[in-house]
This record gives sequence, structure tokens and C-alpha cells, in this order.
Amino acid sequence: MNKRKFGIALSTVLITGTLLAACGKSDDTTNETTNGGEKEQFTVAMVTDIGGVDDKSFNQSSWEGLVNFGKENGLEKGKNGYDYLQSKSDADYTTNLNTLVRQDFDLVYAIGFLMPAAVEEIATQQRDAKFAIVDAEVDLPNVASILFKEHEAGFLAGIAAAKTTKTNHIGFIGGMEIPVVERFEVGFIAGVKAANPGAKVDVQYAGAFDKAEIGNTIASKMYSSGADVIFHAAGGTGSGLFKEANDRKAKNPDQDFWVIGVDRDQADMGPDVVLTSALKRVDVAVKDLSTKTKDGQFPGGEIKLYGLAEDGVGLAPINEKAASKADIDASVQEWIEKIKSGDVKVPETQEELKAFSPK
Amino acid sequence: MSLMEILLIIIPSTLLWAAPLIFTGLGGNFSERAGVVNIGLEGLMVIGAFTAIVFNLQFDSVLGDATPWVALLAAMVAGAIFSILHAVASITFRADQTVSGVAINLLSIGLALFLVKLIYGKGQTDIIQKSFSKIDIPILSDIPVIGDLFFSNTYYTSYVAIFVAIIVWVIMFKTPFGLRLRAVGEHPMAADTMGINVTRMRYIAVILSGALGGIGGGVYAQAISSDFGHATISGQGFMALAALIFGKWNPLGVMGAALFFGFAQSLSIIGKSLPFLENIPSVYLLIAPYVLTILALTGFIGRADAPKASGVPYIKGKR
Repeated sequence: MNKRKFGIALSTVLITGTLLAACGKSDDTTNETTNGGEKEQFTVAMVTDIGGVDDKSFNQSSWEGLVNFGKENGLEKGKNGYDYLQSKSDADYTTNLNTLVRQDFDLVYAIGFLMPAAVEEIATQQRDAKFAIVDAEVDLPNVASILFKEHEAGFLAGIAAAKTTKTNHIGFIGGMEIPVVERFEVGFIAGVKAANPGAKVDVQYAGAFDKAEIGNTIASKMYSSGADVIFHAAGGTGSGLFKEANDRKAKNPDQDFWVIGVDRDQADMGPDVVLTSALKRVDVAVKDLSTKTKDGQFPGGEIKLYGLAEDGVGLAPINEKAASKADIDASVQEWIEKIKSGDVKVPETQEELKAFSPK
Repeated sequence: MSLMEILLIIIPSTLLWAAPLIFTGLGGNFSERAGVVNIGLEGLMVIGAFTAIVFNLQFDSVLGDATPWVALLAAMVAGAIFSILHAVASITFRADQTVSGVAINLLSIGLALFLVKLIYGKGQTDIIQKSFSKIDIPILSDIPVIGDLFFSNTYYTSYVAIFVAIIVWVIMFKTPFGLRLRAVGEHPMAADTMGINVTRMRYIAVILSGALGGIGGGVYAQAISSDFGHATISGQGFMALAALIFGKWNPLGVMGAALFFGFAQSLSIIGKSLPFLENIPSVYLLIAPYVLTILALTGFIGRADAPKASGVPYIKGKR
């Protein structure tokens, strides 16, 4: 019987150990900066979603923006400069936001479309604190919402794809059917239409951002049915696409299996297959908004849209191995001018896409 | 799309999906047949995937094209070692096997991510350069029709998985070791009376399950995701557990179930391009694999009886 009790005790220790280990990280970041004192500097902090500041995606990009802002203004990481708290689960958002507000940060960012409810709750309670949310909208006077014109980045990706395809068959893999991804999709289709009206775009959603095997199968289907360029806006599901493209390229080096990455320059995922990437410069937006707030121009209650004109979105350099690189570059540049000058308005929704005619 | 074109997409992707599930499900098979519930398969896959990727990244310059296979061995060893935790807790100390399995799941993902941070200073690894890649099986792929369907554009690991499933079936049902293993899981006291060391058999079974779970994770990481992060293994271990039950604790059944899951999953993705399915809203196609599984579980396989002593710690001399 003693053995049995010991066994239960052992499992309990295992579980508590794991749970405590999971809590460990956020403790370091809060505890290391306990030097109090009067502060005169502008301070800024962010709450990540479950991805963490090195997720190679928007959390990381936001953090880079904060770091750049800090460097430019001579701030140090910590309570008197810039800092972050990582969320381990959806339940951490409100707690983390509250913690940062209580540490007197002048501006607190919430990163990601999962957080508007948490921001709304805390911002209603802490009316004097300033918040900003990335990739979502919160309509409160002390919250600024940062949104991106993903459709403009998608549009440029569409131009590049349309200029590259030889089969006139292009693929799009989406993660989940949420507005952010749909803007990429709509812009992409519009871009293809603008540069090569004869090309067909095959759209498929995986229903998840973390299922590489689904991305793999969709990619396999698209390449097998004749697509030679595939654009993904699917996070981790996209890894399957890169894998499939790399495998096919290794087996048939003479054929084209291009991939267009998303959010950051994903060229490292496959030097032979990544054509370019539709960039979303969260870092630019975060830095810009921090600077504005520091100068006393906090856009509370507003939605700040970052598009091509604000350098908030863009297109990564085209792969040197693409046969028509010069042609693509020229044409992308031409459309950038048109969009920036306002001659062309890239559609944002399916309805606008139907009415869209590139001239 | 013609039927041939559809099959040319569905069959390779079914095989690709099924491979990690087959390995891991076979691991669960060993453990449960010996009377130890192993809900920690997911965690063992995580350890396998982590080890395979780290090993691959470290040694690819030395080992060249053999890297993924050697990394798979490393994943196997790591899985086996990690499963000893489960064995010690649930066999020697007779802890609740489900609780111990859950602990394995929580511990492994935490540990793996912690180590990734420690080694690479970021939340996920780089992608590996030497992964399992698409091949045409020599000779067999030259057979007309069948060669194109089953032996082209696929991965060696899928065939190894099917081969291992057959070997496991032989071991479990045709060898003295297999008989003892099943005896220990059905009626440990009777086995003990006949002079079989129940504790030893159960240890071997759990370690084997760790080894195969590690391979399953290693295959997934090196054939499908090609890097390791927090979302690399997300539910495949539980799918393998479902395949085990669906397959009625029989190695060949597990293999069939895993292939069925892979097939249903591929079909749900290809479905959108099939002429007779294209008008169905995509949400129905996405849930189809799960609906099919439930239907199959409730309607077609009949009673699925677990080994009698599964989940019950053996206490010598206790009736």
C-alpha cells in the first residue's frame, strides 16, 4: 500500500513540476526589473499571444518594433523602458495586460486577433491607461487599433505570381477564414487578375494554422493538378507547403514549384522554391505608433491603417533564380506607384473583388 | 480530374499521413497489450520529433543523406528512455496510469520547448536540410498503373511503417514473447503463476512503446513539418490512440485504421476538386474524417474490447 501512495505522490510531483515550469518564464521577466523610483521616460510594453516573441511571425515582428523604438530613444529593456509579457494560454491575456498597466507603462500593446475581448475588459477598467491592439479593432477612447492593408501585400504577391506562372494556374492556401487571411486572398486574386487575366487561382482553406500535414496535402493536390505558384497565408500549416515544394523541386529540378511566403521574408524556408513573400511590417507599425504616442499624438479610439504608403506592408525581394525576375520587378514597381498614388484601389472584400477592374 | 489523377494524389498523401500514426499506434499496442494504458503517446512523439530535428540539424554535415535515418534511431532511443518515467511511475509505483501518461504529455512539450530555447535561443528550430524526401521505389515503380499509384512520389518511411506493422503482428501473435505479453495484459496473475515475470514484461512493453512513439514523432517531423516548434505535434498521438482502439488492439488493425484516417483526411482535402463534391461547403468536408471515424467506430467494427488487465496495476498475491 505504501508503494501505491508513493506512486501517487510521484505523479503529483511530476505534474506540479510541469505546471510550475510553465509558469517560470513570466516570473523572470517581471522580477528582474524591480528597481523603483521616479520615472520620467516614456515606457512601452506588449503582451504576446501564445506564439511568443520568437514565433517568426507577428509577435516577433512587434517585439522587434519595440526594440527598435527603445534603441532609438535610448531606453533599456525592463520596467523603465520597454518590455513584454508572454501569454501561455488565452486565460493569461487579461492578467498580463493588467500587470503591465499596474507597472505604469505609458502604452501597452496587445498583439493578435485573439485579444480584443481582453483589451476591452481591461481598457474599460483602466480608463487612464493607453492601449494599442494589433490586428483587431477595439472601439474605446483609450485604445488605438492597428490594422494592415493585407490586401495590398497580397496584390503585389498576385502580380509576382501572375508574371511567374507558366501553366496559368496559381494556388492560394489559407489558414482559417478570418478577415485578415481573407484580405490576403482577395488582394492576391485581384493582383493575379490585374497582371494576367487568363490565369486561374485555386483557393483552399486548411481550417487550422498548425496542421503541416494538411498544408502538405493541399499543396500536393495543387501542384499535381498543374499549379506552379502557391501563395500561403496559413502560419504553421504553411510548413507543409514548403516541404512539398522542396521535395518536388529536389525530384524534378527542371520543373517550377514556386511558393510565396507570408508575414516575413520566408526565403530561408527553401532557397530554390521561395519566389518572394508578402510582408506585413508589424514592427514598422508598432514603432510608428509608439513614436506618435510619445509625441503626444496617441490616436485613441481610432483605427490606424498601415498599407503600402506607410511602409506597413510590402513585398520581399524576388528570388534571383526566377527566370523573369527583371520583368516581375518592373511590374511590381509599377503597381506600387499606382497604389501609392491612389490610382488603383485594391479590393478588400469579395464584393469589391467582383467589381474590381484593373486599369 | 480523372479517377487516375485523383488516386495519384490521394494514395501518396494517405501513405504519408499514415506513417507516423502507424508507428505510434504500434507503440501503444505493445503497451496496452501488456496491461499498461499509455496516454502519453503524444508526449513520446514530441520527444521523438524534438530529438530527430535537433540531431538532424547537428549532424547533417557529417552524415549526409543517411542523416534522417540515424536521427530516427536517436528519436527511438530518446523515446524509449523517456518512457521509462512512465514505466517506473505506473508499474513499479502503481500510480494511476492515465495520470502518469498525462504528466508525460505535459512534461515532454515543456521540456522540449525549454531545450529548444536553450540550444537555439528561439521558440522553434530552423528547418532541416536533409529530410525524408519523395522517391520512386526502384523496379516496383516501373510496374504499369500499380507502380504509378503505390510506388511513385512517396516516402520510404511509409513502407517501413507497413513492414514494421507486419513484424509486430508476427511478434505479438506467433512468438512465445508475444504470447507472454498478451497473457500479462489479460490475466497477470495467471501469467505470474506460470513463471512469467510480469513487471519485466510490462517494462519491456512500455519501453517498446516509447521507442515506437519516438520513431512516430521523428517520422512526422522529418517527413512532414521539417522543423520543431510548439505546434509540430498537435494531436497526432491521440489520433494514434484512436487508431489503436479502432484497430482493436491488433497491429494490422492499427495499420488499417491509420491508413483509413489518412485516406479520410486526404479525401476531405481533395474533395473540393472532385466534380461530385465541389458544391458541398468546405466545412462539411473538413469534418468528414471525424464523422467517418465515429461512424466506423460505432457501426462497423463491432465491440472493441481492451485487454482485460489494461489500466490495472499488478500487485503480487492480491486477488
